[in-house]
Amino acid sequence: MAILIDENTQVLIQGITGGFGGRHAKLSLDYGTQVVAGCTPGKGGQTFEGKVPIFHPVSQAVSETGATASAIFVPPPFAADAILEAVDAGVELVVAITEGIPVMDMMKVREAMKGAKSRLVGPNCPGLVTPGHGENSHGGCRIGIAPGYIHKRGNVGVVSRSGTLTYEAVYQLTSLGYGQSTCVGIGGDPINGTSHLDVLKMFNDDPETEAIIMIGEIGGNAEAEAARWAKDHCKKPIAGFIAGATAPPGRRMGHAGAIVGGDEDTAEAKKKILAECGIAVAETPSDMATTLLEKWGK
Amino acid sequence: MNIHEYQAKQLFDRYGVPSPKGKVASTPEEAVAAAKEFEGSQLVIKAQVHAGGRGKGHFKNGFKGGVHLIESADQAGEFAEKMLGETLVTIQTGEEGRLVRKVMVAEAVDIEHEYYLSILMDRDTSRPVIVASTEGGMSIEDVAHDTPEKILRQFVHPLLGLQGYEIRKLAANLGLAGDQAKQFGKLLNNLYKLFISCDCSMLEINPLVTTPDGRVLCLDAKFGFDDNALFRHPDIVEMRDTEEEDPREVAASEYDLNYIGLDGNIACLVNGAGLAMATMDIIKHYGGDPANFLDVGGGATKEQVAAAFKIILGDPNVKGILINIFGGIMDCNVIAEGVVAAAKETGLPIPLVVRLEGNNVEAGKATLAASDIDIIAGDTMSDAAQKIVAAVQ
Repeated sequence: MAILIDENTQVLIQGITGGFGGRHAKLSLDYGTQVVAGCTPGKGGQTFEGKVPIFHPVSQAVSETGATASAIFVPPPFAADAILEAVDAGVELVVAITEGIPVMDMMKVREAMKGAKSRLVGPNCPGLVTPGHGENSHGGCRIGIAPGYIHKRGNVGVVSRSGTLTYEAVYQLTSLGYGQSTCVGIGGDPINGTSHLDVLKMFNDDPETEAIIMIGEIGGNAEAEAARWAKDHCKKPIAGFIAGATAPPGRRMGHAGAIVGGDEDTAEAKKKILAECGIAVAETPSDMATTLLEKWGK
Repeated sequence: MNIHEYQAKQLFDRYGVPSPKGKVASTPEEAVAAAKEFEGSQLVIKAQVHAGGRGKGHFKNGFKGGVHLIESADQAGEFAEKMLGETLVTIQTGEEGRLVRKVMVAEAVDIEHEYYLSILMDRDTSRPVIVASTEGGMSIEDVAHDTPEKILRQFVHPLLGLQGYEIRKLAANLGLAGDQAKQFGKLLNNLYKLFISCDCSMLEINPLVTTPDGRVLCLDAKFGFDDNALFRHPDIVEMRDTEEEDPREVAASEYDLNYIGLDGNIACLVNGAGLAMATMDIIKHYGGDPANFLDVGGGATKEQVAAAFKIILGDPNVKGILINIFGGIMDCNVIAEGVVAAAKETGLPIPLVVRLEGNNVEAGKATLAASDIDIIAGDTMSDAAQKIVAAVQ
C-alpha cells in the first residue's frame, strides 16, 4: 500500500535536462523507479540516458505515457509556471523540489489550484520515497532528491519539512531494523501544497503504516494543527521532533518558513502542544527513532 | 534584507504613499541645502543606521542623540558635522555601534492621532493580510495582548487584490471620515501595490498619523523583502547596505552559504537547514552554546566548505567546531577535502569534532584520517555534540 506513490507509479520529470534534474532522474532510474518521461521546453523528441523520452509540452508527456506524478526541477523564476502546467495536464501528484520560489508566486499557485484534482507536495522539499522490496530498498518509487539506499521497506511513515533531518530519522530507523512505508518531505517554505496534517491523515488510513515520525521546525502552526487532529483521530503511535529551539526570533533559519514570529511559533510551544496531544517528543534529533520505538512498544 | 529610512521614503515616493518631506545627505553641505529646500517647515535631522533607538542613542565622540529638531539650515549643517563619519551606539547596535554615513533632513510633523497599519503574508491562509489599529505608536504585540478587540484584520484575495469596499470598511472601523478617509484609501491602495510589486514579506507602518492640518502620513516604516524574489528586483538589491550587516554573514552570502551569527562558542557546519537547526539544539541540550547557524546546502563544493570553515574560524568567540554532515546525495569526501584544505591553510587552533554519515562516507573518513589534522570523530549526532561540549570546557 504505502501512500501517494508505490512501485508502479509512472513518473514524469520536468527539468530533466538540467544538471540537478538530470542527476536525480538518473538516481531514480538506478533505484528502480519508473521514470517514464521527461519534459523540457524546446527539447521534445530527444531522449534522456538513451531510454526516457523527452516531451514538450507536459500535456503531451501525460497523454503519451500515462504519467501520474511529476517531479519539478525547474529553476525558481519558472517553477510556478511549471507547477501550473502539470496541474493543467491532469498530473495527480506534483512534487516541487525547486528551492527559492518567490512567496507571491506560490500564493497565486495555491489559489489557482483550488478545486483542481492534483495534489502539490513542496516546494523546496526533498520529495517522496516509498521503498522497494529489493536490496537497499531497490525497486521503490523515489521522486525527488532523497538518498534511496538508506531506506528499507517497512511500516513507519515519516513526514518532515526538512530533507537532511528526514534522512537522519530514516537512517536511524533502518539501522535499528525498522523500515518505512512512505517518507514525505513537505518542504521548508511558508506556503506549500501539502501539510503535516494532510500526510498524517493519509498515514492513518494506510494499512501498511503502523507508526509515524513527524518532524517539524519553528515558524507557523502546521505541526500544532496536525497534533490537535491526531489527538482525537489518529490511532497510530507518533513520535515528533521540532528543530529550532535555539533559533533567535525574527531570523530566517535557512528555510524561508523557519522564522519565529510570535509565541506560538517557537520550538518550545510546539513541543508542548505535541506532548499534550499524546505525541512522544524526541529530546534530541539523535533520539527520533528510539523515541518512536518506545512509544510503539517495540 | 533591511533598508534605510531614506530608502523606504524613496519607495513610498515612487508608489505615491504619502510620508513627510525629506532628503538624504552625505555631507554637512548637502544637509544645509536640504534644510533650505524645506524652509518654513519644522525640521528634524536623523542619523541613518539600520538599528532602532536612534533618538536615545549617543555618539562615541560624546554627541548625544541620533535624532534632533533643527531650528535653522545652519544648525542642520552643524548637527550633520557631528553625526557623519561618527559611530552611533543605541540599545540595538551593541557597544561597537554603527558608523553613520548618511543623515536625513525631514519635516517634523505635528501629530493629531497615531494609528498602526501593516501588510504581511499570512501563512495559515496563504494570502496577504492587512492589520490595522487605532492604537499606533506603541508595540503592536502589547495592543494585541491587552486589547485584542482593537486589532483589525482584512484578508486580501490573492488573485482579485485589494477591493474598494475592504478599504472603506477599514477606514470606517478606524474612525476615519470625509477627506481623511479618502486620503487613507489612496494611501492603503498604493501601499498594497508597493507590497505586491516589490515582493515584500512585511510592510509595517507604525505610526500612521493624521496631522492637525488634515493630512494622513506614514511616519515610520519597516520593510521585509522575500529573499527568494530579489532576483526580479535589482533596484531593491541595490539598496542593500552590507556595511550594516554582520561581516560574517556578508562573507557567507558571497559563497552562497546560509550563515547566521549567534553569541555562543561552538561553531557548527552542517548540510541542510533542518539538520543545522537541530545541531544547534543538540549542542545546547548537552550544555554547550552554539556560535552560529550554518547550512552549506545539499550541493556544496570543496571551495564552499573551505570558505565556511574560514568564516567560522574568523569568529573570535569560537572555541570549538562541530561538523555534522548527513551526506544523502552529497559526497562526504567533498566535505572532508574542503575541511582538510581549509585547516591546512588557516591552521586549526581549536578542537574539531566531525560526524560524517552517508554517501561515500568511508572515503571521507579516510581523507580526514590521512591528513595530519587533529580531528575528534563523532559516531552519532549525540556523540559528536557531547564530545565538542566536553572539548571546549
